Amino acid sequence: MAYVINESACTGCGSCEFGCPNAAIKMKGDIFVINPSKCNECKGHFDEPQCVAACPADCITLAA
Amino acid sequence: MSSSIISLKDAVAGSTTVDRASKPTSTGGGCSTSGCGTPSAEAAIPASVLARINDHPCYSEEAHHNFARIHVAVAPACNIQCNYCNRKYDCANESRPGVVSERLSPEDAVRKVQAVAAKMPELSVVGIAGPGDALADYRHTFATFRLMREVLPDLRLCLSTNGLALVDHVETIKSLGIDHVTITMNAVDPHVSEGIYDWVYFNNRRLRGLEAATVLLDRQMEGLDALARADVLVKINSVLIPGINDDHLAKLNTVVRQHGAFIHNIMPLISDPAHGTYFGLNGQRGPSPEELQRVQDQVSGDARVMRHCRQCRADAVGLIGEDRGQEFTMAKLPETVEDTTRERESYRALIAHEQQDKTRQAGDARRTIRALELTEETLVAVCSKGGGRINEHFGHASEFKVYAADSNGLRFIGHRRIDRYCGGGEGDDSKLETTIVALAGIRHVLCAKIGNCPRQQLSEAGITVSDAQAFEYIESAIAAHFHDCYAQTVATERRA
Ligand code: SF4
Ligand code: SF4
Repeated sequence: MAYVINESACTGCGSCEFGCPNAAIKMKGDIFVINPSKCNECKGHFDEPQCVAACPADCITLAA
Repeated sequence: MSSSIISLKDAVAGSTTVDRASKPTSTGGGCSTSGCGTPSAEAAIPASVLARINDHPCYSEEAHHNFARIHVAVAPACNIQCNYCNRKYDCANESRPGVVSERLSPEDAVRKVQAVAAKMPELSVVGIAGPGDALADYRHTFATFRLMREVLPDLRLCLSTNGLALVDHVETIKSLGIDHVTITMNAVDPHVSEGIYDWVYFNNRRLRGLEAATVLLDRQMEGLDALARADVLVKINSVLIPGINDDHLAKLNTVVRQHGAFIHNIMPLISDPAHGTYFGLNGQRGPSPEELQRVQDQVSGDARVMRHCRQCRADAVGLIGEDRGQEFTMAKLPETVEDTTRERESYRALIAHEQQDKTRQAGDARRTIRALELTEETLVAVCSKGGGRINEHFGHASEFKVYAADSNGLRFIGHRRIDRYCGGGEGDDSKLETTIVALAGIRHVLCAKIGNCPRQQLSEAGITVSDAQAFEYIESAIAAHFHDCYAQTVATERRA
């Protein structure tokens, strides 16, 4: 599973990108997207998913 | 030189250099109202620090009329969530911190600064103030400053931060020659700040409540101490939030001073449900002008409180109080720009010269007035658009600067705003009547020009008007006018 950014709520601030241990987050146009094949939910790195903890818009959730 | 006028701006302005013994009479915020003649922030600042801020529009009341700044919005990321902030980027009509219309890469930012510098010799400062936190994703901020140092080394650099990441970057700040840093601190007690921050992202965790507030405060104080040790000038910004930190800011002021902050800027909370902030949506109101002034007065014992802050946007361009950002959007930037370093240098030299000239003449003027040995305090109102000169038509003045002359010399005592005295009614006659009410107690008015009719009515009200000193420096003009009016009397009395 991977985390996913809700495009319509993302402000493109990039706060999430900085802390990703797997460099899974990249800018795409005005917003950011998570590459699902790189995201491992931060397991083995941190207790909480870093992008979720950092996102001021609270727009990152676990993919359904 | 006294008649030289700088033509770059018709309002090349500057507050006066005379003593400011008393508090202003008005409470408005902007520079056309009470922003400029308020107790000088410079008064208690050591000369060594003054030399470092005299061309910085945000720190020096004098400089904010003469020098311009540009904020480049290269730092959208943030590491804390404040309850007064909603981090959406939009709306060119909004003017408040944290808002921008266009985000820039470091390269774009430098192109923009070059284009602005080419058009604006007043430009002296490049700042990074967000729209997020300049140090949350420090890579963009420092990449921009590095490029700036190469391309336009004569401009001063400054940045603004919430302080969470600050202590980790003090060395870089120092090595890039960034000599002013602003830390936004709203409390020095975590129990107070708990109500101001929703969360803090630190050490790979999202912290909340008291833990978040404590971490943020500790990190802010460490950052402040490290900057003070590194001899970087620190300004503290505080947002005044009624019911939360209004009774606390005097204490904060004392603490940050002890830790080396050189100036404190207390700004009103801007709160509106339409902004979508937590405070806005939950009915937290901002302070009234009177509440703001009360708190500013509490902490202004030694006058090191800024009063001319206009809370600019994270992409503001130009003199403080004007925003020319819309002229310089990326789409409008020219392909190539000229190097205008020489123009900026000569502009700065001109201002420095003007400043010296003004200080010297103000000294001469005070001596002239002392020599008249006036037996009672005499009040003079002047019409000035700025620049420390008599340069406004009486009929256009919306406020007067009031000076008191006596045997000790001359001092600025405050502003009289005509609209404060409006009693209703319309038309020129009633405006003049209102003006005369506003001038109660004043014996002389100096202006650039006045019509015959108002001159006569003022005269009937016992007020002498002169436009003979049009465009002179205020102090010199008052001295010349008093010499004309009183030297004769003094001489006659002496003979008698
Ligand atoms: S959950 Fe962790 S690994 Fe996945 S995108 Fe977010 S920060 Fe990267
Ligand atoms: S932190 Fe949130 S709002 Fe900012 S870019 Fe990432 S997903 Fe978008």
